[in-house]
Amino acid sequence: MPDIQLIELNVNGESHDLAIPPRRTLADVLRHDLGLTGTHVGCEHGICGACTVLIDGAPARACLTFAVQVEGAEIRTVESLAGPDGAMNDLQQAFTDHHGLQCGFCTPGFLMLAEGYLAEEPEPTREEIREVVASNICRCTGYHTIVDAIEHCARKRRADCASG
Amino acid sequence: MKPAAFTYHRAGSVRRAVELLSELGEDAKVIAGGQSLVAMMNYRLARPEHLVDIAHVKGLAGIRRVGGALHIGALTTHHAVEVADLTPDFAVLSRTMRWVGHLPIRTRGTIGGSLAHADGTAEWCILAVLLDARIVVEGPGGTRRIAASDLFLGPFTSALEPDELIVEVVFPRRAPRAALTEYAERRGDFAIVAAAVDLDGCPEAPDIPLVVLGGVAPTPLPVRLGPDFTGTTGPGRFGEFATAVADQVQIRDDTGVSAHYRRGLVRTLVERACEEAAQA
Amino acid sequence: MKEGRIGANGTWVGASVPRREDPRLLTGRGRYVDDLTAQGMLHAQFVRSNEAHARIVSVDLSEVLNVPGVVAAFTADDLNLRDMVGVMERPEHEFRVTAMPVLARDRVRFAGEPIAIVIATDPYTAEDGLEAAVVTYEPLPPVVSEEAALAPDAVLLHDEAPDNTYVDVTMFATEGIDAVFDDAHRVIGVDLRSGRQNALPMETRGVVAEWIDRDEQLLVRTCTQIPHTIRDTVAACAGLDERQVRVIVPDMGGGFGQKSCVGREEVAAAAAALRLRRPVKWIEDRRDNLTASFLGREQHYRARAAFDAEGHLLALDTDVICDMGAYSAYPSTAAIEPMMAAVEMPGVYKLPAYRVRARAIATNKAPTAAYRGVSRPQCVMVMERLMERAARELGLDALDVRRRNLITTFPYKNSNNITYDPGSYLESLNLCEQTLREEGWYERKAEAAASGRVMGIGYACYSERTALASTAFSERKPRALVSFDMSDITMDMTGSVRVTTGTLSHGQSHETTMAQIVADRLSLPIDKVKIVQGDTDKITYGFGSFASRSIVIGGGAVAAAAVALTDQLRILAAHLLEVDTDAVELDGEGGVRVRDEPERRLSYGDLAFVAYLQSPRLPKGFGPGLRASGSYDMLADGVFSNATHGVVVELDPGTGGVRILRYVCVEDVGVAINPQVVEGQCRGGIAQGIAGALFEEVRYDPSGQPLAPSFMEYKVPTAMEIPDIRIEHLETPSALTESGAKGAGEGGTIGAPAAVLNAVNDALRDTGVEFDDTPISRELVYRALENGPVGPGAATPAH
Repeated sequence: MPDIQLIELNVNGESHDLAIPPRRTLADVLRHDLGLTGTHVGCEHGICGACTVLIDGAPARACLTFAVQVEGAEIRTVESLAGPDGAMNDLQQAFTDHHGLQCGFCTPGFLMLAEGYLAEEPEPTREEIREVVASNICRCTGYHTIVDAIEHCARKRRADCASG
Repeated sequence: MKPAAFTYHRAGSVRRAVELLSELGEDAKVIAGGQSLVAMMNYRLARPEHLVDIAHVKGLAGIRRVGGALHIGALTTHHAVEVADLTPDFAVLSRTMRWVGHLPIRTRGTIGGSLAHADGTAEWCILAVLLDARIVVEGPGGTRRIAASDLFLGPFTSALEPDELIVEVVFPRRAPRAALTEYAERRGDFAIVAAAVDLDGCPEAPDIPLVVLGGVAPTPLPVRLGPDFTGTTGPGRFGEFATAVADQVQIRDDTGVSAHYRRGLVRTLVERACEEAAQA
Repeated sequence: MKEGRIGANGTWVGASVPRREDPRLLTGRGRYVDDLTAQGMLHAQFVRSNEAHARIVSVDLSEVLNVPGVVAAFTADDLNLRDMVGVMERPEHEFRVTAMPVLARDRVRFAGEPIAIVIATDPYTAEDGLEAAVVTYEPLPPVVSEEAALAPDAVLLHDEAPDNTYVDVTMFATEGIDAVFDDAHRVIGVDLRSGRQNALPMETRGVVAEWIDRDEQLLVRTCTQIPHTIRDTVAACAGLDERQVRVIVPDMGGGFGQKSCVGREEVAAAAAALRLRRPVKWIEDRRDNLTASFLGREQHYRARAAFDAEGHLLALDTDVICDMGAYSAYPSTAAIEPMMAAVEMPGVYKLPAYRVRARAIATNKAPTAAYRGVSRPQCVMVMERLMERAARELGLDALDVRRRNLITTFPYKNSNNITYDPGSYLESLNLCEQTLREEGWYERKAEAAASGRVMGIGYACYSERTALASTAFSERKPRALVSFDMSDITMDMTGSVRVTTGTLSHGQSHETTMAQIVADRLSLPIDKVKIVQGDTDKITYGFGSFASRSIVIGGGAVAAAAVALTDQLRILAAHLLEVDTDAVELDGEGGVRVRDEPERRLSYGDLAFVAYLQSPRLPKGFGPGLRASGSYDMLADGVFSNATHGVVVELDPGTGGVRILRYVCVEDVGVAINPQVVEGQCRGGIAQGIAGALFEEVRYDPSGQPLAPSFMEYKVPTAMEIPDIRIEHLETPSALTESGAKGAGEGGTIGAPAAVLNAVNDALRDTGVEFDDTPISRELVYRALENGPVGPGAATPAH
């Protein structure tokens, strides 16, 4: 009786064949069917942003997306950021350097938001960063250090790019 | 907050989508970006038995200039409009997109979805009425065009039939001197009041700005002032004009927001939209 | 940022050591409760009351069991669990004992109250199951306001609580206080209310419970601030021995007090797992979190203060009413807010005479738990509004009035019978004002006024009593007394240590900061120290983390344990090196040496090898093994962190909008173990205080239905609303604590609402309107500005 959909989902460069009820959100499929629990769920109505992932490079809410909708898309989650040896990437390093996280629950969402945003806009002003950071909710930091971390990461990427 | 069960249908073409909608009737909903629908489904405030996914239909996303008009495909995302170069004729559309939710909503949400959802405070709904957009709709009987002013029937209620699909939105008239601004306590929220202005919006009365308001009526509310206000399209007279607009609209007290305050917001936002439009 | 990892004196303490927690949390390898699974795990959700107040006529779950995927459904009668009952040992007229059942039995007292648990194979079908439950109610009149609760003919929520009053205490009542008021130059009044709020951890509540046969244990993995209390309560409710329950707390996405009470759902899910002998997971969804979890903050203060002509505060008489909602939560009870308000009211100000009546009342709203700051944000609002109003009415400068009243000699015993340890009350105010002046905000405000813009500058001075323990809490007379922390430390043969703490970090960085404390005591690199927390089988007992207690009390215990271990190391080394114990010392490089012959040394590893594998070489009565214990209690009134907040706002006359242009916090938490972490606590706390001042409120309609079931209505501020916050440190080390540190968890939240209120009122100075209530209504700001300036005269409170 339950309606099951067969889909192929591309996550972090790996392809997964899944048989799922269509009502399963992308957030639940990533977390509970694929075991990628770095993506968190904080409100299930698209406002807190803890579930933010990249869909074809663009930050998007995994709680407002059914997994069946994104067959054929490239999904990226927080698990894709670190190197193969587990070393943090520059954005993650900037978050720890600037104390851009406390409890860490909202953090993967902010990382993926920033990762997607900086890919599109490598030279943002601090005010532009603030406006994008306002997409997600953090209850611990007061946001100041999140903006700091993203600003410094962007600056360092530009410097590395210019010198390299 | 898990949605009720539904059956998923992926339409590969507009024709197939319309067929599915015809077959499935009132129990089916179209899903494109899903940014409003899925939130309502997670709260089980919406519980369609069938979802018809049109996101994979080719050719429904994109922005084209056709003569002096602008055609925007129904699947074009808010973010695509935000970053498109629409200067100067339709720059108001790009500028307004920053009021639509937040970036991760704008990357998925679509113009067609927003119009079909018919929220009277939504930016696309207000812009469509302001700029006299034509909504191109496919149904079992073929294509029809609905004037934006005829599209919105009430809160979250549109003139679309259950088996019809928005495929394109046409903005026929250039609007280089237009702007939308709004007020909410918190960034990204639906506006308490939104005001959109086209200083050249009344072809029959070129010196009077056209105003469309969100948040004061169930649907976007156009306001046209009489000939007394000829010449109010220039700076210095925006305050007087905005006051007249605010005095003219019917507003009722609402939970938490009195008519007096809402009227004040109308006055403020109309004036600010006029100023922004004049500087555009 | 990279420099200064080691504190100025070569210590770990004082350095902004990178957080040990970060790499796993940043790479998606943190493990929060919803990330946990267990074989055959089922998923629970709760049938909740649609009514705010009703008798339950019947609960019919028969159709629920027919829903595909549903495995079981239980009512209160099915599970038959003991109620939770928090008790204060105060006279009956002061504290009324009421019960909170795990599941509602015959009566529901708020919309959202859990009535039955539905267990299914996945969370989606569990929700399908809820829709098939049929509950029949006989509605009772809803009681949704203070006025309704205290009305003479009000329906009672609890038969045991006449007048819908859980708590009613009158305290201090300094002799002669009435005469002080009679003779005073001026009596100033304030009447203020603070809105109901949700502490709002980004991770909602949740639990995974399963019976483990081999351990004869119910394993309860839950996100709580109080693991041992959860263990005790689950055992008591389910009739198990405490050894038969093990609580483990995984990574946790914040708490802020909401997780400092025992959740009814936690107990019910655990009981269901016990009954079914299958793992059961419950993850609270955001709608339930917003409407049916623990809330806080809804209070009403009526205060009168006597001043002399120079602005000296002479006396304060206050009536406090705390709307605690439908139940007295366990273990904090409905006394938590009124008792905190009553005792902490005077704050940083010398108060010669004081009287307070503090009440907790019952209404048909979700119940109240501690929320960051607990009543002190409102106490500071009262005191700071009084200072401002006194200055205005007496024609004095408001900062000068504060300076005249600030406590400047320490220790100071105030009329609330508390002794304040040294702080920098005056210095923080002066530096805060100086900072805003140097940044040019006073000029900018004047320029703005000249061009028709509306700016205001506001301050709040406060101190926060942190590290409340035996002495402080015993005065409040709870039956279960929160007091000490205890710590066990073991060293292995690689010279690494594991140290337990009964506190429980859920964002506060204790894995880092407590390791800094231990590493200094043992002269170890920090990565040789592992802090162990949140497991009732590994930690003998503990109270968890709340009330800004962890770094002083938990930090004190880990320090004591580390020091005790150094004694063990020295005894063993002296014995093996054949010298007196007094002749050896730690060498600062992971070994013990003879003081006068430093080349004679044994490394920690050498010593541990002997302790574990060469026991015949051990001195008589030593070991075996290398381990020690320590504990810490605060046998004084507590230690007082302090701060001054300065805020610059701009008001938008066209919309009533309030924009914060600048925020400066000058804080003094004694020795900052990790300055970066302290700044993080301050900023985050301030953001929550701003949220309460300007944005967040849990409102109800007249029938008691919650009006904010989503983040559309419950407006948590974003980065566009919270400004960058400048932090300046002052340091008055505490002589009462192991490391000189004072608590730092709540302060930001305590100062912010008053500072924002004062800034808005400063901006409205010419309008004759003053705000005392939070959250500040934009419509009322709009109306105040719309009416324009009025002549000098008495201000009108805007309610």
